[in-house]
Amino acid sequence: MTSIAATQTAAGTQPVTGLKAQLRRAERLKKIKAMLLVAPLALFLIIAFVLPISSMLWRSIDNTEVSQVMPQTATLIQQWDGSGLPDEAVFAAFAAELRDSRSGGGLGRIGRRLNYEDPTFRSLLTRTLRGLPASTELSWTEELISIDPRWNDTATWQAIQRTAPLTTDRYLLASLDLERNAEGQIVKVAENQQLYIQVFKRTLIIAGGVTLICLFLGFPLAYLLATLPTSTSNLLLICVLLPFWTSLLVRTAAWIVLLQSGGLVNAGLMWTGLIDSPIQLVFNRIGVFFAMVHVLLPFMILPLYSVMKGVSPSYQRAAVSLGAHPFAAFWQVYVPQTLSGIAAGTILVFIMALGYYITPALVGGPSDQMVSYYVAYYTNTTNNWGMAAALGALLLIVTLLLYMVYHKLVNQKQLVRS
Amino acid sequence: MQTGTANEPLVRFTGVQKTYDGETLVVKDLNLDIQKGEFVTLLGPSGSGKTTCLMMLAGFETPTSGDIFLGEQRLNTLPPHKRNIGMVFQNYALFPHMTVEENLFYPLKTRKVPKAEARAKVDKILQTIKLESFAKRRPTQLSGGQQQRVALARALVFEPQLVLMDEPLGALDKQLREHMQLEIKHLHENLGLTVVFVTHDQSEALTMSDRVAVFNDGVIQQIDSPQALYEYPANSFVAQFIGENNTLMGQVNAIDGDFCRVSFGDGLGTRASRSQALTTGVPTRLSIRPERIRLNGSSEGLPNRFKAKLHEFIYLGDHLRLRCELAGNDQFYVKVPVSELCPSLSVGDHIDIGWRDEDVRALDAS
Repeated sequence: MTSIAATQTAAGTQPVTGLKAQLRRAERLKKIKAMLLVAPLALFLIIAFVLPISSMLWRSIDNTEVSQVMPQTATLIQQWDGSGLPDEAVFAAFAAELRDSRSGGGLGRIGRRLNYEDPTFRSLLTRTLRGLPASTELSWTEELISIDPRWNDTATWQAIQRTAPLTTDRYLLASLDLERNAEGQIVKVAENQQLYIQVFKRTLIIAGGVTLICLFLGFPLAYLLATLPTSTSNLLLICVLLPFWTSLLVRTAAWIVLLQSGGLVNAGLMWTGLIDSPIQLVFNRIGVFFAMVHVLLPFMILPLYSVMKGVSPSYQRAAVSLGAHPFAAFWQVYVPQTLSGIAAGTILVFIMALGYYITPALVGGPSDQMVSYYVAYYTNTTNNWGMAAALGALLLIVTLLLYMVYHKLVNQKQLVRS
Repeated sequence: MQTGTANEPLVRFTGVQKTYDGETLVVKDLNLDIQKGEFVTLLGPSGSGKTTCLMMLAGFETPTSGDIFLGEQRLNTLPPHKRNIGMVFQNYALFPHMTVEENLFYPLKTRKVPKAEARAKVDKILQTIKLESFAKRRPTQLSGGQQQRVALARALVFEPQLVLMDEPLGALDKQLREHMQLEIKHLHENLGLTVVFVTHDQSEALTMSDRVAVFNDGVIQQIDSPQALYEYPANSFVAQFIGENNTLMGQVNAIDGDFCRVSFGDGLGTRASRSQALTTGVPTRLSIRPERIRLNGSSEGLPNRFKAKLHEFIYLGDHLRLRCELAGNDQFYVKVPVSELCPSLSVGDHIDIGWRDEDVRALDAS
């Protein structure tokens, strides 16, 4: 009896550790295989997604122009207390490094950066460089002031001091219509220069409006698709996907043709006698909504359809058999079960709409341009990467915040899909 | 067999027909009365029209012609949500976004039952199905049997005049199904429910019902108590569909009251109880239940005795099935309790088998 018990304990305890090791070994092989399978995708994501986005986010606070072109001046001027003039060492370093900046495009870089602080800075730099002697008998302080009296101005040096640190919040602040005043406090920019808050609001309103319209148009269609016999619904589904066969640009241009004052829609409305003269349907908000809803509608329909397809019609029948009016049954029993589809569709459409650029740029008026228009403007036209990155980063943050709030709301409903 | 207490039937189908495509009738001229308190099962293979009948009663399908009455009320034009009929669906159709309790409250809410009264009813029904502690769970957190009980409770909580069940036990495993069959039967007895139950499982129908209506091709083939259905099938479809069955093709030689003489095989003959339709000279199908056939010694003295060749033993634990050959039919089964089997039997032996006149039934040949 005892020997049996002993072997049993031995068999019960010892192999467990061995088992665990075996399990680990078996699992490890599986894990390595799985990792190898996803490795190409992971690599692609890192190269094409993570790196560009992090570099873009870095650009929004990047302030390395001056500290790279004029490392010594940048170090020295950061020790200056900001009153009066900096001491001779700063002047000397500045003069030496300004002379060196001529080669390798350094002058252009700091010129562009310092121009954001004061639009006349670039010309000041080139003027100073032209008059700068190779060496000086006097102090560099007097030499520079003699070339241009603005070097005697505290504000000039304060501007340089602001550009000296490695990072700056000026782009992010500017994207929120804020700036730092001379004392370094954050204040609102002058009223006539305020723009971006308005643009962000507009972006959210357009994206939200497009999402709501898509939901109201897409829900009944998805319901129809989910309840029709498969052969018919497949045909209709192809019609839903048909727009994807043409380029976005062509579809947007087609809307201009349709909606313009001599276009098909206006001509039709005038023919029916509903209106007497053409109404403005394009190059304004109406055109933006038309075109964006058209482009984004499939992204609402498809997730809704896939969820609705899985909701058995017997739920509604059950509700009706329990005494609910068919409409109440639909609202109380069917719609809650499609919430996950509604959530997926709205978040998809909303996020895509937030970043829309081409469609509003083509069919919208000047007051319908969204954040991405300004991102494009700063990247393509003015080469101000800092502003472009800051606007992009803020848009990303807003999107993430909204997504988190939404996720929480939807989760609170505790969606349970059968 | 339970008969209704009221003279007027609770449910009445008169001349009901249903077609979906305008060409073929799914239900042909259905006439059926269901008494109050009765448990009636509609049994049949898939596509026989039984579910369509149930759906017409529930209001999800409309009859193409004919009338359906519930008590005094003609149901044809009454929308389903006003019929006050409880229904248990095949896959329960419990609302996944509501808790068990909310599911049970639902029919009371739609009827605007006062809160306190509704609460009492829900508590009582939860107690009846013994799921009090699961009230706050969601249906997906319950086992199949528990979900089944909740579905049942939801169809009962508003005290409908009639409860319909559409193959409610189909998704459960065998053991649980048998348990639930009894549970539903007891609920029916204790609460005095009137139940119309649809199934394609004949043993389920026999276990639970007061009366069973066997459907085929949109027609009720026979409606009777389980015992009558098993013992006296009206035609060969019912005989084959209900229980196990050996068949022998033969010809009627003479009619003798409720019995007839049938010749089959090579000059063999037997007396058999007959169905109404048979006349002298017509072909017939003999139907004998495997458990009614006596073997060897115990067949001595029976009026109908034959030699059969033993082909195979099939061991089933509580009994054995012997596959024999009789009159050219080598799928002739005899069911024997294990304890009664003579151990000297072996495959290839010729054995004596026999049956009583009333244990063999001569039916239509189709």
